[in-house]
Amino acid sequence: MAEQQATRPAVGLFVTCLVDAIRPEIGFAALQLLEEAGCRVSVPERQTCCGQPGYNSGATDAATALARQFVDAFEPFEHVVVPSGSCAGMIRHHYPEMLAAEPAYAERARTVAGRTHEITDYLHTVRGFRPSGRTLKASATYHDSCAGLRELGIHAQPRAMLGALDGLELRKLDGDNVCCGFGGTFCVKYPAISNVIVDEKAAAIERTGADLLLAGDLGCLMNMAGKLHRRGARTRCFHTVEALAGMASGPAIGEAR
Amino acid sequence: MGEAGTADTFKANAKAALADRVLKVAIDRTTGTAETKRAAAVADFAEFDGARERSRRLKDHVIANLEHYLLQFESNARANGARVHWASTAEQACEIVVGICRDARARSVTRSKSMLGEEIGLPHALAEAGIERVETDLAEHIIQLAGERPSHIIWPAMHRTREQIAALFKAKHREPPRNDDPGAMVESARRELRDKFLGADVGIAGANFLVADTGATCTVTNEGNAELTATPPRVFIVTAGIEKLVPSTAHAMELLRVLVRSATGGELTQYTTFHCGPKRPGDADGPDEMHIVLVDNGRTRMLTNGLREMLRCIRCGACMNHCVVYRQIGGHAYGSVYPGPMGAVLTPVFEGLDKSRDLVHACTMNGRCAEVCPVMIPLPTLLRGWRDRSWREGLEPASVRSGIGVWRFLATRPRLYRLATRFGLPAMRLFSRRGWIRSMPLAGGWTEYRDMPAPPARSFMDQYRARRPNA
Repeated sequence: MAEQQATRPAVGLFVTCLVDAIRPEIGFAALQLLEEAGCRVSVPERQTCCGQPGYNSGATDAATALARQFVDAFEPFEHVVVPSGSCAGMIRHHYPEMLAAEPAYAERARTVAGRTHEITDYLHTVRGFRPSGRTLKASATYHDSCAGLRELGIHAQPRAMLGALDGLELRKLDGDNVCCGFGGTFCVKYPAISNVIVDEKAAAIERTGADLLLAGDLGCLMNMAGKLHRRGARTRCFHTVEALAGMASGPAIGEAR
Repeated sequence: MGEAGTADTFKANAKAALADRVLKVAIDRTTGTAETKRAAAVADFAEFDGARERSRRLKDHVIANLEHYLLQFESNARANGARVHWASTAEQACEIVVGICRDARARSVTRSKSMLGEEIGLPHALAEAGIERVETDLAEHIIQLAGERPSHIIWPAMHRTREQIAALFKAKHREPPRNDDPGAMVESARRELRDKFLGADVGIAGANFLVADTGATCTVTNEGNAELTATPPRVFIVTAGIEKLVPSTAHAMELLRVLVRSATGGELTQYTTFHCGPKRPGDADGPDEMHIVLVDNGRTRMLTNGLREMLRCIRCGACMNHCVVYRQIGGHAYGSVYPGPMGAVLTPVFEGLDKSRDLVHACTMNGRCAEVCPVMIPLPTLLRGWRDRSWREGLEPASVRSGIGVWRFLATRPRLYRLATRFGLPAMRLFSRRGWIRSMPLAGGWTEYRDMPAPPARSFMDQYRARRPNA
């Protein structure tokens, strides 16, 4: 048993504030996949939000307070895994800068940042995971969320794992690397501009004719799913890990549970 | 067409722009083509990443040694016979240019497109001085006829469709084009401008590069109008920002490789001209006097206030062509001389952050601008720097401050946060029907345009604890 434990890394799962409040299914899918990939998963109680709403509003002090809280909560783990490219990017790239001048935290923030991974990157690249023997008979299109794509290089990893699902046909989305107009607080500070951006995105998604829209960030997914629904489209929206965990047969984002 | 808007009326400007569907057609045509052509040019140029990295290092080197290269440029330009003037502010720069025009008893000046000229307010200063200004760049000619400002730093008239321009030419040209065929329209503009080129007393241009070791100024155009602005008039004036310096001609060429590809997707522009002083004895043509006005206007301040990387900017326009916000609202909505991502970083330098707060916030931070920037300027990071400053200086509205305050209070107290979630989620669910919230108090910014997925009755953390009480 002890031997087995040695090869099973201790992973701290940070579910993110949006998943916690809006879409717990993503958290459970992440948990399931990490365990299938041989990890010992813990969900620290002291987690809330990574701090982006404050950081991107200029409230650096508030975001830094959350960065300290995060480091305290997650430093016991060998790896920290996050089902969001933007939150993982915040931790990996911005925490070390924010805490660089604090002797009590600078080194620890760098360590935690280095151990933090976006979930599809962690499963695919670090754990070499393949969802073998799992079937999803549907067509799907995939949107690359910006922070994951540009801060962490999340592009091939979700596609490779989704490609291993039996029966899933992946269709290329026109402008899959173009922002959906969410932008965190941007979408409520400039709703009219955000609206026209996501309207173009929704139209492109509809043009693929795919049954499913998949992406790796719940913020973007809520924005696109909410717009698709308002437009009357029938596209069903899931986080990548839900599809990988065999949960895409259940209620999609916005469907009554 | 959004002419009256300033940076501090951004939201109203944007609303007007979004209501203008012809504007959207014009933006899509130009930026869509620019994006496609740039992508093809980059794909065709295997060394692009290396060239970008070298360009970044080159610009950083010049910025770190600005004084050295400025003095070297000044001394070489003087040796070429040019007169060099220094302007700390936009007002000083305009005074110098107007003074030179007055000394030359100029009634008419031709101008070749220069964003720096727009930045310092030169068109306005010339009008105040009663000097006729003739814009010679085709797009600048269009917006001068229309009484507008540039909406893009490379294509100043990109907000107008070909059809709109044909109608404008028909109304304003002496011998208007017979149809909206681009060739016929260009011919019409040529007829309109040709005698003005030749009759001008003074020509004014900008510079893409100031070459330190030769004292030359370099212009990059596709129409040849910079050459016709430089050569026939008696007096030629170049106005340029001090960040345009490069050590040598070879370095200018290095930057040209990424500038032109990033701007238009071409390998080179039709005309790349090095202007090396006034007419010398034995020259067939050229101006009697050449003046170079070196403009600071906030640039040396940028060396020390966290915006140093912005001084790398070579004004290619790729950031705006790839910006989701710019592509919806166009350039005029920014209410500033420079629009798009680079404009949102620069405008607070010129106008003050209090008047341009919206510009630094109206960005999704998606990072595509930085990804395409040929000199690797971290534009989102610089915008966030402005947001941080806006917060510290108390410029953020009370509603935002209190919202962030409540969020911070709860998010830094995990137990209280759980409790708030426990009450908040069922409350939100009161507004949902069949899985969706169509409207909800305090969520109007979201639900005006899109539905919101209803939350579960219990959060992930609560469900997880119930399933695994000992975890």
